[in-house]
Amino acid sequence: MANAKTARGGRVVLLISTRKGLWQLHGEPARRSWRLAGPQFLGHIVHHCVGDPRDGKSMLAAARTGHLGPTIFQSNDRGRTWNEARQPPAFAEGAGRVVDHTFWLTPGHASEPKVWYAGTSPQGLFRSEDAGVTWRGMAGFNEHAQRKAWCGGDQDGTPDGPKLHSILIDPRDPKHMYIGMSSGGVFESVDGGQDWRPLNRGVRADFLPDPEPEFGHDPHCVRMHPLLPDRLYQQNHCGIYRLDRPAERWQDIGGTMPKSVGPIGFPLVLHPKDPDTLWVFPMDGTRVWPRVSPGGKPAVYRSVNGGKTWQRQATGLPKSQAWFTVKRQAMTADNGDPAGVYFGTTSGELWGSRDEGRSWKCLAAHLPQIYAVEAA
Amino acid sequence: MDARSLAILESIMRVLIPDPLRSYTAGIAVVNAPGATLAELVDELDRRYPGLRFRIIDEQGGIRRHIKFFVNGLQACDLRPMLRERDEVMIVCALSGG
Repeated sequence: MANAKTARGGRVVLLISTRKGLWQLHGEPARRSWRLAGPQFLGHIVHHCVGDPRDGKSMLAAARTGHLGPTIFQSNDRGRTWNEARQPPAFAEGAGRVVDHTFWLTPGHASEPKVWYAGTSPQGLFRSEDAGVTWRGMAGFNEHAQRKAWCGGDQDGTPDGPKLHSILIDPRDPKHMYIGMSSGGVFESVDGGQDWRPLNRGVRADFLPDPEPEFGHDPHCVRMHPLLPDRLYQQNHCGIYRLDRPAERWQDIGGTMPKSVGPIGFPLVLHPKDPDTLWVFPMDGTRVWPRVSPGGKPAVYRSVNGGKTWQRQATGLPKSQAWFTVKRQAMTADNGDPAGVYFGTTSGELWGSRDEGRSWKCLAAHLPQIYAVEAA
Repeated sequence: MDARSLAILESIMRVLIPDPLRSYTAGIAVVNAPGATLAELVDELDRRYPGLRFRIIDEQGGIRRHIKFFVNGLQACDLRPMLRERDEVMIVCALSGG
């Protein structure tokens, strides 16, 4: 097997954000052996930790504790040492809204090396221009006249609060952005976030009276392919979808999933070099929404043709009585050849595949509930 | 000690810092700080220990859900209470989650 090709001399590092702290899982180039390091921020709820591909050494982590308010930690040395943001994401004084936690972090465009974006719960969009030290709200979204209509109230969010996530920056144009909101839907901006419009045609929202509204949807995870930025995918509360811009109507690609498994899940991961290859991790979205592996038999599903057909990939995974869930940020791929694919579970296990999902191995266990996994 | 220094000293409150916040105070559990109101006292703490305020007070000036303030043993529901010299202010992280 070829070595993983990453910015770190072939080594893969997985940043594992959990409900109780941050761990790093270090893999040697062949990705056969792994070393777990941590915890850092023990006792903190770490919602997302992301490395900066633009310099290969900066990282941001979004954290809070059960008691203390939300903050951002920043590292310039691959997570060895951390400093707290001087001004974490917070809504404007007098706006009446309070950031419960920062949920999502996205490095900015390559031409803006110190820019980062953050999405919060409840739905807010923030930008830093100094590598995460200070943050300001993006008024074009946070104060948009339609924001309240788009987002709904707290009862329209996830059990852990409504969230703004999946902040996507077009690698061809720093002013072209997409965001996802649970709930709210997918929105697009072509002017650097000064204005936004819904982009949800073709996506079902069967929990609303109008099954195909303009907004109010629940995209769980939206991805843009870095080599083909006009190709978007989303794992939604109501299926799996694909959109090839400039088209405006999402195509349902979840209908070919096995009926016994269904098209519901949280994460969706793209192959780093092939826009037609993607992975999802289905969960039980029937009746009262158990949100566990269907039938207690966890499996990854892969498509190599843009979602026309799907293959079950479960070799090495538990065959029965395994009831974990994989959250929307807890599945990722590295840049190796073949690509490594990884997911973290609500039961604290980190699973990895060195062969694009054909076989799986448990790389770490007994961690707290895993919220996010990112390759750095 | 002149009269002005004495007055400042007498207006200083004793603040008990809970363990989860001591990463900001370099481990110090008891801080002496001035403030005519609880709000002023918290601002002074944040001036000395940057970042501390936002962990316990939200951006709208509200006390965060699992944080409690006690002044001389009586709970303060907001930051408006006036403080008197030598008051004891206790910041408590209440129970939350498993």
